Amino acid sequence: MAKPAADKAYSTPDAEPARPSPGPSTPGTRRGVFKIWRSDGTGGEFKEYTTTVSEGMVVLDAVHQIQAESAPDLACRWNCKAGKCGSCSAEINGQPKLMCMTRMDQLPADTPTTIEPMRAFPPIKDLVTDVSWNFRVKKRIAPFKPRKPDAPDGTWRMQQADVDRVQEFRKCIECFLCQDVCHVLRDHHKHEEFIGPRFYVHAAALEMHPLDTADRVSDLKNEFGIGYCNITKCCTKVCPEHITITDNAIIPLKERVVDEFFDPLTRLLRVFRPKPAGRP
Amino acid sequence: MNSYETHEHDVLVIGAGGAGLRAAIEASAAGCSVALVCKSLLGKAHTVMAEGGMAASMANVDDRDNWKVHFADTMRGGQYLNNWVMAQHHAKEAPARVRELEAWGAVFDRTADGRILQRNFGGHRYPRLAHVGDRTGLEMIRTLQDYGVHRGIDVFMEMTVHTLLLDSGASDLGRSALRADTSSGMSARSADLPRVIGAFGYDRPRGQFRVWKARAVVLATGGIGKAFRITSNSWEYTGDGHALAYEAGADLMDMEFVQFHPTGMVWPPSVRGLLVTEGVRGEGGRLLNKDGKRFMFDDVPPLYRNQVATDAEEGWRYVTGDKNANRPPELLTRDHVARCINREVKAGRGSPHGGVYLDIAWIKEKLGGAAEAHIKKKLPSMYHQFHTLAGLDITKEPMEVGPTTHYVMGGVRVDGDTQMSTVPGLFAAGEVAAGLHGANRLGGNSLSDLVVFGKRAGEHAAAFAKEHGAGAVNPAQVEDAQRRALGPLERKTGENPYAIQHDLQGMMQDLVGIVRTEAEMTRALEGIKKLRERAASVAAPGSREYNPGWNTAIDLSNLLTVSEAVTRAALERKESRGAQFREDYPAKRDEYAAFNIVLRRGGVTDAMQVVREPLRPMPEELKKVIEENK
Repeated sequence: MAKPAADKAYSTPDAEPARPSPGPSTPGTRRGVFKIWRSDGTGGEFKEYTTTVSEGMVVLDAVHQIQAESAPDLACRWNCKAGKCGSCSAEINGQPKLMCMTRMDQLPADTPTTIEPMRAFPPIKDLVTDVSWNFRVKKRIAPFKPRKPDAPDGTWRMQQADVDRVQEFRKCIECFLCQDVCHVLRDHHKHEEFIGPRFYVHAAALEMHPLDTADRVSDLKNEFGIGYCNITKCCTKVCPEHITITDNAIIPLKERVVDEFFDPLTRLLRVFRPKPAGRP
Repeated sequence: MNSYETHEHDVLVIGAGGAGLRAAIEASAAGCSVALVCKSLLGKAHTVMAEGGMAASMANVDDRDNWKVHFADTMRGGQYLNNWVMAQHHAKEAPARVRELEAWGAVFDRTADGRILQRNFGGHRYPRLAHVGDRTGLEMIRTLQDYGVHRGIDVFMEMTVHTLLLDSGASDLGRSALRADTSSGMSARSADLPRVIGAFGYDRPRGQFRVWKARAVVLATGGIGKAFRITSNSWEYTGDGHALAYEAGADLMDMEFVQFHPTGMVWPPSVRGLLVTEGVRGEGGRLLNKDGKRFMFDDVPPLYRNQVATDAEEGWRYVTGDKNANRPPELLTRDHVARCINREVKAGRGSPHGGVYLDIAWIKEKLGGAAEAHIKKKLPSMYHQFHTLAGLDITKEPMEVGPTTHYVMGGVRVDGDTQMSTVPGLFAAGEVAAGLHGANRLGGNSLSDLVVFGKRAGEHAAAFAKEHGAGAVNPAQVEDAQRRALGPLERKTGENPYAIQHDLQGMMQDLVGIVRTEAEMTRALEGIKKLRERAASVAAPGSREYNPGWNTAIDLSNLLTVSEAVTRAALERKESRGAQFREDYPAKRDEYAAFNIVLRRGGVTDAMQVVREPLRPMPEELKKVIEENK
């Protein structure tokens, strides 16, 4: 049987080594083969590592174990290890996923597991990419601007039913997997003209916020390239928070753009009334 | 020697969770240039993991609530060791901080009449926690982040601060106009210490050194959970701010009080310690040992006898909203429940993986076919967490849970009004600061702590920055810090930093954990000394770019400092109170109610000194508030 991790000279700070066996409770233990992308930011290659895969392990555990056992300088970005911070995004067997929420027992055991960085962003080192573009994009989107308070004490009134859809968008953990998988960014590199699914969700959360008064529709059309999205729904499929990005965020935003810029009646009305008043 | 990039700002904020972001926003609003340095990407800090909500007596759900009740609840929860100045500010200002988040775009859950909804939580008399499902922390950090990025704050992501820089020049600059709290005796000490004038650190992607020059510095670095093996905390929680402040000469206080949350996951190993929310027990979840016995009924502290259900039936009535019923014993305070679970496991009555069972599936006996949908609706993230990570359906099977290191009440000793430490120009807010929570924190008081005191720290840091000129960086201090930082990289042979970190975590878990004794903690002190020697020769092969081994080597020194502080303070407090349980002194002792334990560098050997600092007398009107709310 494979040697349990607890007997290793080193163990990771976080991946708990298998405890002295409480009965025969290391049934799933096996040696796992991993092909991990190693790169100094220029070029790179897959390198093969082997480590013990024990019951319940996730891909991030395997990476930590490999760091502690044989590759202490293997770069990997992570934080909460609970699917809440969105730091450990990677491509596992070609699928964009969070490493902390991908269990090893969901992956084929008879072939090596490949782990590589998100490919839509410039590489920094190994599994770490430069996602700073996303932070710059967000700054360009007009911030929240509330209407005047509803009550004399400076507070507002909103019904739960009116905030449900915004709360869906605000579940986003900014893992950027939707950006990684979007072909407009990944294949066509339209980073200058297109803000990507994450920021359509962000814009939708603002546009559909019951209190917000800013108007982003013109920017969505002219600056943020929403027309490039051809609704392939790849973003929705990879969202670990299960936000229905395309149907609930992008399509309604496209409709607003159409209403405001391409609807003949609205175009006529705009001659008299430059901006639509109330929203949403 | 090595070159470094220099940045110059009025205010430097270290840490970008709720407290750091709020401090940066406030300092910026006061007209200061602000640098915000964080170990992770912006918006990933530990605040995202907070679930339950933020406590604020807005009285939206129960109009009997007000700041006085919140103040009294907080003081009672902290066993009256709290800094009452902070507890008072917190209770009074939390509602305004919640409303401010809403004005900045946060979308809280709503009441039927459209206001911010508030929920019940342990130790709070009335429904008080503003919340967004079970992801309130994410809502807070995203709101502050999205508001903050439009405020001209310079954000330095994925950078680690290694050393606080102290003024080498005209020391009178640091000694004038200190608005320290004179009655607490802090200003007298402040006058002796050099002022902080910036920080030295490095960016992790490239491994390049940086110096941030600043007229005031705010620490908002969070906690110390990674000193223990089993923790709900992320890798960032290595006590950086605690250690930076201590090294700069500041006082640490209340470090013996480490909160162990009773219910963390225990299986599979990779997620051991991951939090299982108190909400499971709030919905009727029962704790069982391996014999199926509901053991919490066996041990109800005398103080709570009249508040706890006499049988399972009454407990169920309580969780389903019967105001005449008493709470089930699973909903006693966190410290007590954690100790009971620990006892069952030690007595050999635990579950196969070293925990006990937490069973919510049983409510199908009460709700029948509706139980499954009810659990999924009320506990969506718990359902998802166990389903994904443990392959377990909590609507059908019991969970295995055990205590997990969750929070440190102790931290940098600060002035209750300004959040300034005993080092001039050095401020602290959030988990890294001590005072608000005393011996035990109430759930929900952490998120409100972040914004109430983040704002205060930012405001007073900005004022300090305006009153003081730029300090002079001492090149020798920077060179020394560089040399120490590079040590692990330059050593060709040496021990793996992960091995030392792992040994420290195991030792702290076993010897300074939930149940403490003098003998074990004395051994721990010896152990820390040996680990320090091993850490001095640690090696981290590889380049400077994004090298996790090197980063771990640098964090080690901070972990060792906070571990020593926790152990020394816990040894000094020869009683059991709040989060501290001493098996050799199992009772509360009156004489220990009169002081906080403070740790500071000093003496001829520059070793860690343990000092008893008497509590400040509480004004009569606050005593009255506590009496009225007993």
